[in-house]
Amino acid sequence: MATAHSRSAARLMMAPAVVLLLGWMLVPLAMTLWFSFRKYLPLRGGDLGFTGWENYSRFISSSSFWPSIQATLIIVGSVLAITVLLGLLLALLLDQPIWGQGIVRILVIAPFFVMPTVSALVWKNMFMDPVNGFFAHVWKAFGAEPVVWLSDFPLGSIIMIVSWQWLPFATLILLTAMQSLDREQLDAAEMDGASPLARFWYLVLPHLSRAISVVILIQTIFLLSIFAEIFVTTAGAFGTKTLTYLIYQRVLESQNVGLGSAGGVYAIILANIVALFLMRIVGKSLER
Amino acid sequence: MARAVSPRRKLVFTLLAWAVGLLIFFPIYWTILTSFKTEGQAINDPPLFFAFDWTLENYALVQERSDYMRYLWNSVIIAGGSTLLGILVAVPAAWSMAFVPSKRTKDILLWMLSTKMLPAVGVLYPIYLLFIEMGLLDTRLGLVVVLMLINLPIIVWMLYTYFREIPVDILEAARMDGANLRSEIFYVLAPMAIPGIASTVLLSLILAWNEAFWTLNLTAAKAAPLTAFIASYSSPEGLFYAKLSAASTMAIAPILILGWFSQKQLVRGLTFGAVK
Repeated sequence: MATAHSRSAARLMMAPAVVLLLGWMLVPLAMTLWFSFRKYLPLRGGDLGFTGWENYSRFISSSSFWPSIQATLIIVGSVLAITVLLGLLLALLLDQPIWGQGIVRILVIAPFFVMPTVSALVWKNMFMDPVNGFFAHVWKAFGAEPVVWLSDFPLGSIIMIVSWQWLPFATLILLTAMQSLDREQLDAAEMDGASPLARFWYLVLPHLSRAISVVILIQTIFLLSIFAEIFVTTAGAFGTKTLTYLIYQRVLESQNVGLGSAGGVYAIILANIVALFLMRIVGKSLER
Repeated sequence: MARAVSPRRKLVFTLLAWAVGLLIFFPIYWTILTSFKTEGQAINDPPLFFAFDWTLENYALVQERSDYMRYLWNSVIIAGGSTLLGILVAVPAAWSMAFVPSKRTKDILLWMLSTKMLPAVGVLYPIYLLFIEMGLLDTRLGLVVVLMLINLPIIVWMLYTYFREIPVDILEAARMDGANLRSEIFYVLAPMAIPGIASTVLLSLILAWNEAFWTLNLTAAKAAPLTAFIASYSSPEGLFYAKLSAASTMAIAPILILGWFSQKQLVRGLTFGAVK
C-alpha cells in the first residue's frame, strides 16, 4: 500500500521530529567538543586559545576525578542491586492472589511520581535530620544515639533515597513481565512436583531475564546522571561528588568550561557504552 | 485463576503485601500528615500521628510568603507547553513510521532513542551559552523547548508502539464501504489512536513536571517551576517542616493522581516497548 506518493508524504511528516532532534544532538555536542580543546574561562579572560588534550589529561589527573568515579560506581551499583533484588521480591509478592491488590500496587508505585527535589528534601530533613528527624525520634525511643545520616553515611543515605525513588520502577516492570508468564506452564510444573524454588529458578527467572536487563540498563542511564538528589542534600560534600556533579561544579560553579567540557565528553562516552547494550535489546523488540 | 488458593495462604500474603506497601508509602503519608500540623507539632518527640490540631495555615503561609501560585503556574505552563509541542511534532512522525515503514524506520527509531542517552551534564554549558545568546535564560519558553526535546524520543516511541497496533486492514474495509479520506481519519483512525495519544500525553506531563536538571540550572527567579521552588528549602531559616510539607504536598499531588491512572502505559513508555 506504500506508493511513492505516500513515501514522500511520510518523509515530510517525519522531518520536524528528525530535524529538531538532530539539531538538539549535534549543535551542543559540537560545542562541547570544541570547548574541550580550548582554555575557556568565561569569568577570567574568556577564550584563551587552543590547548590540545590538556583539559582531558587535567580532568583525569585532578584529585577529585577517581573519587568521583568511585562514588558514581558505588551509587549506581548499590541502587541497581537493591532495586532489582527487592523489586523482584515485591513483584513476586504482588503477583500472589491478595486482597486489595490494586491499592497495594498504588502504594508501592507512588514514590516514582514524587519529584526528585521533594523526595530528597523530605528524606534529608524530616527523616534523616539528627535532631528532629523521624529516624532520630525512633532511635531515641529505643535508647540509641541518633545517627547523623548525611555526614556519617553520606553515600548510604543517598543510595537509600535514590533506591526508594527507583524501586517502584523496577517493581512495576518486573510485575508487568511476570503477569505475561504462562500460568498453565507453572501449574503443570507444580503438578509434576516441582518445588516453588525450582519453579522460580527454571520458569520465572528465565522469563524475566529480558525485563531485568531492560530495568538495569534504563536505570543505569538515569542513575549515571542523578543530580537533584545530591544538589539539595550534600551539594557534593562528604565524598558524594559523582562524575555528573563534578562536571557541573567545573562548568557552572568554578566556570572552567574547557575542563568541564572534557569531563562532559568522558561522561558521554561512559553513557554510550551502556546505551549500546540497551539499544541491542530494544532493537530486538522491533523485529517482529 | 485456575489454582485453588487456601484462604490462610491468601491472608498471609495479603498482610505481608500491605505491610510492605504501607512502609514504602510512609514518607509520602508522613509528608501529607505533617503539612496539617503546626511547626511545633511537626518536630514533636514522640512523632504525632493523630492527636494534633489539624490546621491549614501552612498552605496559606506558603502562598503568602513565597507566592507559591507563580511557581505552580510556571510548572503548569512548562509541563503543558512542552507536552503539547512534543505531541504536535511526534504524532505525524510516529504515524508515518507506523503506517508507511521503510527500511530505515528501525534505524531512525533507534537513533532517536540514542539522543535520549546523551548525559545532560555533557551539554550543560553549550545550552547555557545558547540560552544567554538567545535571551532564553530564565524564561518559560526556553524550558518548554528543552523539555520538549528531551522527552521527544520517548513520545515518538510510545506513540509508535500504539499506532503499530492499529490494524491497517480496517482502513481498506472502510474504503470499500465508500469512506473518503476525511471520514477515514475522523471516524476510523482517530477513535483508535486517541487512547494511545492520551496515555502518551500523561507520561510526558509526568516526566516534564518532575524534571530536575534543566529546571534547576536554567531558571532563576522568574521562570522557576516547583522543582526549583522546593529546592530553595534546602537552606531554610527557622522551623520549616510543616511549610516544606505543605509545599511538597501541593507539588506532588497532581502528579500522584495522574500517575495512578497511567501505571500500565508507564511501563510501555519507559521501556520503549521492550516490556509490555
